[in-house]
Amino acid sequence: MVKNVMLYRKLKNTYFWFMVIGFTLFTFIPLFLILKHTFTMGWNELSIDFIFNTPKPVGEYGGGMSHAIIGSLIIISLAVVVSIPAGIITGTFLSEFPKSKVSSILRTFIGILSGTPSIVIGIFAYVIMVVPLKSFSAWAGSLALSLVILPIVTRSTEEVLKLVPITIREAGLALGFTRIKIFYYLLIKGNRRALSTGVILAISRSMGETAPLLFTAFGNVYLSYKLSGPMATLPVQIFNYASSPHLEWQRQAWTGAMVLIMIIFSINVLSKLILSSSERRM
Amino acid sequence: MMDNTCNNKKNDENINIVLKVKNLSAYFADNMVVKNISIDYYEKSINAIIGPSGCGKSTFLRSLNRIHETVLDARVEGNVILDNIDIYDPSVDPVEIRKKIGMVFQRPNPFPSMSVLENVIIGPKLHGGLSKNALIELAEACLRRAAIWDEVKDKLNKDGTSLSGGQQQRLCIARALALNPKVLLMDEPTSALDPIASAKIEELMKELKKHYTVVLVTHNMGQAARISDYTSFLMSGELIEHSETSDLFTNPKNKQTEDYIMRKFG
Amino acid sequence: MLLCQQNLAKKLLMVFKMKLTAKLEERLGISLMYIVVLSIIILIFVMFILLFKMSWPAITKFGFHFITSKEWNPVKEQFGAWPFLYGTIITSILSLMIALPFGVSSAIFITEIGPKKLRIFLGTSIDLIASIPSIIFGMWGLFYLVPFIRETLTPLLKNSIGFLPFFQGPSFGISLLAASLILSIMIIPIISSLCRELFLSVPVTYKEAALALGATPFEKIKLAVLAPSITGIVGAAGLALARALGETMAVVMVIGNSPHVSLSLLSPGATMASILANEYAEAGADLHLASLCYMATLLFIVTMLVNSISRFIIKYFKPKAFRGL
Repeated sequence: MVKNVMLYRKLKNTYFWFMVIGFTLFTFIPLFLILKHTFTMGWNELSIDFIFNTPKPVGEYGGGMSHAIIGSLIIISLAVVVSIPAGIITGTFLSEFPKSKVSSILRTFIGILSGTPSIVIGIFAYVIMVVPLKSFSAWAGSLALSLVILPIVTRSTEEVLKLVPITIREAGLALGFTRIKIFYYLLIKGNRRALSTGVILAISRSMGETAPLLFTAFGNVYLSYKLSGPMATLPVQIFNYASSPHLEWQRQAWTGAMVLIMIIFSINVLSKLILSSSERRM
Repeated sequence: MMDNTCNNKKNDENINIVLKVKNLSAYFADNMVVKNISIDYYEKSINAIIGPSGCGKSTFLRSLNRIHETVLDARVEGNVILDNIDIYDPSVDPVEIRKKIGMVFQRPNPFPSMSVLENVIIGPKLHGGLSKNALIELAEACLRRAAIWDEVKDKLNKDGTSLSGGQQQRLCIARALALNPKVLLMDEPTSALDPIASAKIEELMKELKKHYTVVLVTHNMGQAARISDYTSFLMSGELIEHSETSDLFTNPKNKQTEDYIMRKFG
Repeated sequence: MLLCQQNLAKKLLMVFKMKLTAKLEERLGISLMYIVVLSIIILIFVMFILLFKMSWPAITKFGFHFITSKEWNPVKEQFGAWPFLYGTIITSILSLMIALPFGVSSAIFITEIGPKKLRIFLGTSIDLIASIPSIIFGMWGLFYLVPFIRETLTPLLKNSIGFLPFFQGPSFGISLLAASLILSIMIIPIISSLCRELFLSVPVTYKEAALALGATPFEKIKLAVLAPSITGIVGAAGLALARALGETMAVVMVIGNSPHVSLSLLSPGATMASILANEYAEAGADLHLASLCYMATLLFIVTMLVNSISRFIIKYFKPKAFRGL
């Protein structure tokens, strides 16, 4: 009887092993497939043409997504210039003034913002910018992306600063530093590496965001530098092409997707390298 | 040099050796922390292991129920023979062995998501073979043997962690006893407890020795002197001396033993 | 004597100036911080209000019936959100059911079972999935998963469990099922990485206690790792659910965006997020736009609730794993 129980337990153990290993293996199959398909489909169209040219009319071969690539660069740069400093300041505020009433409201709002679906963020930007100005614009797109980036940078900054021991701040006070000097020189500058990781991750997240741009920057067939008008962006362009019935455009969509993944992966790997090298230094 | 074997021979034929440790060595990767120790443990006795911090006493203890090897890069050489079976024989399943050699840890660790009753019977429940009623009866018997029944009989369904530290430790002892082991390994069981709770457990251990063989690691020499029958002194992974407790403390044969005892007591 | 006094006066003046500029710097700096922080709070607050204001025409016209009415017809100006609520709930819950075993298993493998060197590689790979933009999931879903469902999976399902109402009707691949599958792939990394944190924060001593009682490896994991982490796993599932509720791009490309309720998973449908992406840019008439905004508000509220409850669960019961959420 007891021997049977032991056997049963051993069988359960082996079964469990197989299930866990099986499930784990299957978890990687989509990653493998997605990367494989994106690269095999996207590689064909990759050319100088693609990166530096604007689209040709349907039916004509060639053309590229340069307008979308440039548009993305412009909109993301605008968003970054505003949201990164704002995020770092907000994160510092939350970490250094944790007890104030403003902090609790702020923390709640940032928490809500970070959990908001990106399409709703796009609608937020729409109601506050597109409606009053009666036009899609790069500004609105940047606002939307800023709202995506802000909570990420805020949270990561707060986490990094929380780990800094109190003695560092006390040392600054003992030297007669104002709190501002402490924040800027000791806390922010002193933890540049760790903070950069959060910043870089936030930027890479925003590069792939499509939904917030759908009705803010909207998109443009032509290359445009006008910030107050609609502008093409890489993810939206990929989406439009992929949803279209034209085979030509679908192929270009794959190439765009491949370029996008390459950029995002490189950024992620870069940030992991920065973080690990800073850990080694410590 | 020093012969790392038990140098005490019992003349009385009636007292059996229940656990025989032969040339046991334990490693963490290439670091040898237990060096070729041999000891015989007699049944129904309390055997204390003392020595300075880091001398390998915990590692030695954990090698006796094959817990040491579950850590990364850890391994064991040598033999530990229980009931004529070497527990390190490749054909032996560690899971089976741990039914016969129980362990109580330094910090009480009743399972957090389980009640007092569930904690006590989890051992036999896992290994199977007993009906629900039999399990409950067994639980009462073990809780009585662990001198905690009166304190918890009304709280059997409460969370295991709701008890005080000393009570939790006695609960863990009851949990170990539920499997009716031959040998009970105790790794500094009172070091995380207050003096009153410690005293209760020492009383308990004296009762336990009537039914089980106890191997006790302790950094408290007073405890070793008070309750153990035999004491081993370890230093840097080596067995320096092993003899009857009274002999070891009053008449240590080895200078290192004497120094250690004097330093701690004097 | 006079020189000494002059120097002393100079020094005092310098110190005074320094103190003045320090005070100024402090005042300006802290004020700047407050300005930034307050602007953000005001901005977010204004956005809530404006969204609510834009939804107002639809709220007044449809009230709570909005949630239950089935008809979504821009032409007839009849707007009911039930088809999208249905689609959202079905796809999210189904995706969670599929993703949980994968997420938890991979976390167990990485923290308990796997060889040491493999752990970092596996952990990084799973996090890599999380960084893939959702349109790429959508594209892959549209060009690979959808045909797969249409040609391979559907016959398989129909032959085995086709009698169930969930698998009736024609299947073009573009379906609730496709959306659920894509969503599940996307939320596995969330569950996996959260569970990894949970399992790592379990004290070793419980695992040792289990081993000392003669537990098999499976029993040890069940007793000492899974049982104490159950509430944490529930919280992780909640966060994953919240993510699935709001996911847009991947869903919009594979679900068909058909505003109809259907029991069959093989038929097209729509979620709140996907219909927003689909119709928002073209919504001209005020009521149409207002209804979409109303739906966006609902989506926002639901997501916020699920998120808050999940975060509360994890923070309250498993504070060690909460760091960085």
